Amino acid sequence: MTTYTLRAKHRRSTLRTLAFLSPWLIGFTVFFAYPLLSTVYFSFMHYDGFRPPEWSGTKNWVYVFEHYPLFWPALRNTLWLVVVMVTLRVAFGLGVGLLITKVKTATGVFRTLFYLPYLAPPVAATMAFAFLLNPGTGPVNSILEKIGLPTPGWFNDPTWSKPALTLLALWGIGDLMVIFMAALLDVPKEQYEAAELDGASPWQRFRYVTLPNISPIVMFAVVTGVIQTMQYYTQPLIAGKVASGVIQGAGTQFEPGYPDKSTLTLPQLVYNLGFQRFDYGSACVVALVLFALSMAFTALLMRRRGGLIQAGER
Amino acid sequence: MTQVLDRPLELKTPPSPAERTAHRRALLEWIAVHSLGVAAALFFTLPFVFVFLTSLMSDSQALSRDLIPHTWEWGNYAKVFDTPGFLTWWKNTLIYAGLGTVLTVVSSIPVAYALAKFRFRGRNLALMLVISMMMLPPQVIVIPMYLFWAKQLDLSGSLWPLIIPMAFGDAFSIFLLRQFLTTIPDEYLDAARVDGCGDLRTLLRVVLPMARPGIAAVALFQFFYAWNDYFGPQIYASENPGAWTLSYGLESFKGAHHTDWNLTMAATVLVMAPVILVFFFAQKAFVEGVTLTGVKG
Repeated sequence: MTTYTLRAKHRRSTLRTLAFLSPWLIGFTVFFAYPLLSTVYFSFMHYDGFRPPEWSGTKNWVYVFEHYPLFWPALRNTLWLVVVMVTLRVAFGLGVGLLITKVKTATGVFRTLFYLPYLAPPVAATMAFAFLLNPGTGPVNSILEKIGLPTPGWFNDPTWSKPALTLLALWGIGDLMVIFMAALLDVPKEQYEAAELDGASPWQRFRYVTLPNISPIVMFAVVTGVIQTMQYYTQPLIAGKVASGVIQGAGTQFEPGYPDKSTLTLPQLVYNLGFQRFDYGSACVVALVLFALSMAFTALLMRRRGGLIQAGER
Repeated sequence: MTQVLDRPLELKTPPSPAERTAHRRALLEWIAVHSLGVAAALFFTLPFVFVFLTSLMSDSQALSRDLIPHTWEWGNYAKVFDTPGFLTWWKNTLIYAGLGTVLTVVSSIPVAYALAKFRFRGRNLALMLVISMMMLPPQVIVIPMYLFWAKQLDLSGSLWPLIIPMAFGDAFSIFLLRQFLTTIPDEYLDAARVDGCGDLRTLLRVVLPMARPGIAAVALFQFFYAWNDYFGPQIYASENPGAWTLSYGLESFKGAHHTDWNLTMAATVLVMAPVILVFFFAQKAFVEGVTLTGVKG
């Protein structure tokens, strides 16, 4: 009798859990598991959207890795962005976070001003920077010329397009600033006082008190930065489109990466292969590369103590 | 800081050399920090300023190198609104962002609650899958999703392929809400149970009122996400200008006004402004949300 009621109770609580989870269970199946498996399936198919899919073995894989001219440039760009943009963003975010904890006058005003650019919609922000940095009449080059500095071609010059994107990314540092600010305010004050009594210089205090305390947050910022870089899509695409002068519309096709493939990223390849070349199979190959890279870094993030999964469980 | 500045003047006895160096160092630090602050503030605000100034220039001046408008052409904004399609993009964006936000919040709350407060086998696995979904670039699954919506349901050329999935929980919102709900002490839930509340009643009457800041943060993030989304409308709405959103339409606006930076910048201001206005009204919820997304450990 007792086992019976226990079992009934157990069944009831399982049903309850399933009921509460049901929206997500459907979402997970229809909008995650099914399309993911389907992507794997299509990566071995030749499919152009018109004729029925046809088994093609590893042909798409070989094509993407060996013959598709945009794949390796996109991967190299991603590496460049991971090394330069992510590093600078973390350093700058930490710097701005430190600065805001030291500012004692009109702190709220400074904080809001520093945070606002993060909110600018990516298309609008990129459009704004394409204007600010346009080589001919943009304000930045006008000012640089007035004070006698060189005027780069920014989004129109393959060597300067990624630095220009980095500048745009540094402008939108608000998210990291807030995260670092919270972490810096959490560092125990006694540790600074002790360090000061020992005669530690400001740099030594930063190096031996601040950094060890906030290192999990630095790690968090680096890994999420890498994941965001894998997904980097709207900004490089819009920057390239606006700078090249080719705009969407009937009959126009924008070959992504302008200038000279320097702004290509992996997500743009999925669009290029799938929706411009109608080679769904090869698009799925790139999608899977993107998937593998994102998940590898997500796993890294989840393994770290103090990372995502422990958050809020104290 | 002014107190520190004034103090030596008030002192009857001259300050000792040690005091004077400490004082001078504090003053120098104050100057250094605040000059850096002003420099940073210029870096963050000047782009907005230049964009706004250019949006008020005449057509011919926008092509020059001048930074300040000679005449203030407020009519540029009227011209943007008169552009065919602009109001439609505005309407579509509000539908996508508004409806999407409501659906996301309603469908994500029960899931987040179960993940935060129910004990069941596979809970950690479910949470890990939610995080994986959250980190999944939309491009990874876009080919099958596009084929599903366009070829099987014939819904391309509209925003429905972007809105409907939001009725089935959004991973980021579930995660953020779950973070928030775990901070609610179990005692409240036990008390509700003792009073005879069922699970649904407990959620609606006890948990939701306490979770208001978390829900506000999720709603804001989701609204901004839809407002900013470019890839989604590019895939599903591009073939039908009647379904474009502001973020998507802005780019074609640039195409139609190729050299008119003044009009393009006016349109840019109009796309940025609502987001910034919403932020000023809901600053607290927003900043709280950013800190909640994974760093308190």
